[in-house]
Amino acid sequence: MKEAKRIEAPFGEELARSLRSGERVLLSGTIYTARDAAHRRLVEALERGESPIPLKDQVIYYAGPAPASPGKVIGSIGPTTSGRMDPFTVTLLEKGLRAMIGKGTRSQAVLQAMSDRGAVYFGATGGAAALLARCVRACRIVAYDDLGPEAIRRLEVIDLPLVVAADAWGGDLYREGPPRFRREI
Amino acid sequence: MREVEVARVEEAVRRLFLKMNCHMLPDVRTSLEKAREEEVSELGRSVLEDLLQNARIAADEEVPLCQDCGMAVVFLEVGQEVAFTGGSLREAVDGGVRRAYAEGCLRKSVVCDPLFDRKNSGDNTPAIVHFDVVPGDKVRLLATAKGMGSENMSALAMMRAADGPEGVRDFVVETVRRGGANACPPIIVGVGIGGNFETAPLLAKKALLRPLGVRNGDVRYARLEGELLERINGLGIGPAGYGGTTTVLAVQVEFAATHIAGMPVAVNICCHACRHGEIVL
Repeated sequence: MKEAKRIEAPFGEELARSLRSGERVLLSGTIYTARDAAHRRLVEALERGESPIPLKDQVIYYAGPAPASPGKVIGSIGPTTSGRMDPFTVTLLEKGLRAMIGKGTRSQAVLQAMSDRGAVYFGATGGAAALLARCVRACRIVAYDDLGPEAIRRLEVIDLPLVVAADAWGGDLYREGPPRFRREI
Repeated sequence: MREVEVARVEEAVRRLFLKMNCHMLPDVRTSLEKAREEEVSELGRSVLEDLLQNARIAADEEVPLCQDCGMAVVFLEVGQEVAFTGGSLREAVDGGVRRAYAEGCLRKSVVCDPLFDRKNSGDNTPAIVHFDVVPGDKVRLLATAKGMGSENMSALAMMRAADGPEGVRDFVVETVRRGGANACPPIIVGVGIGGNFETAPLLAKKALLRPLGVRNGDVRYARLEGELLERINGLGIGPAGYGGTTTVLAVQVEFAATHIAGMPVAVNICCHACRHGEIVL
């Protein structure tokens, strides 16, 4: 298997367009968590012309962590199902969002908007939440504190292990991967 | 009558949820190890290795296997010769869940109102409790911390008897084909056949609580489990949905009597963090 490519967030369109579905990456830098309730509020804020976090060239991780045990930066933090964020995603991509981290399939509208704007969708291993938490070096709530696990957090991560699940050229591992291993029974 | 303090139920519930959230069941680990040896996809093998490493980290650090620590489901089989003392049984179950999720730094994922407020209850209660009264003087607690990612990909069909075994197979396989990639594969598939509109899903959930690889005692249903396992793994969804030969670790079927006019079939999907446990008081 090819060695994973090291990349730094936030990043621009050129880097996003250089990534291809199926490729493994190790992501370091600053990313933001946001899931269901935070997406609803974020899109409502954008409609009013506000945003509690920067979006241009940023990476959003669809995740709501477990509480941190004493002495730890963060609790277990794996990805949640991305498809639930699809109704909000095109709006965020239009505001410059560069990448998303989650698990599972995306809608055609999201994949199309990613191609149009040069954005990328990473898969993190669903359920590998204790392992992924080890890559988080700092965590701060930056918006919607009242949402508890669903609050928006800014994370500093080192070598977060990801797979390019869908790229900016229409490549989609969830669509292309399974046929390679399909057997009719 | 045998008297049982509800405080003992509370303590049993607390212990069950603390343990199951941080410690992968041995049968699940064995099954993942076997899958790692047999998986054809290189990327799939690396996903399975991540899951095994994740389980080691969770156990060593006493942190949850998954950030979705689930909604607490408890099946309480109460012997009819038992008299509970010291308070409400229902509240004791919630009390055990509340303490486990606070003490274990487990994520609280329950909202009180499903449609309008969706405000988090803050302590992962209420639990979902199914009571059953059985002969004897024991109390059996069967519990599972059920994540919603896989629950969301589950389905119920009110089928016709004429649909037969082939119809059941097609419905189960199609349910996994549509949602399997989102349910954190490799998954475990629980199938409930028969009963009524409400019983088939309960049978499917109970099927998930069986140890992996223990086939149904009825040879016809055991054969159905084997056929479903083969067909689902033939879908190629693979670990994490990236493509591969390991999509399902086990298919477990339960059945019950039903009406002459129907054949309800429920498919309850569980992610690889198949968290459950049992205590008998």
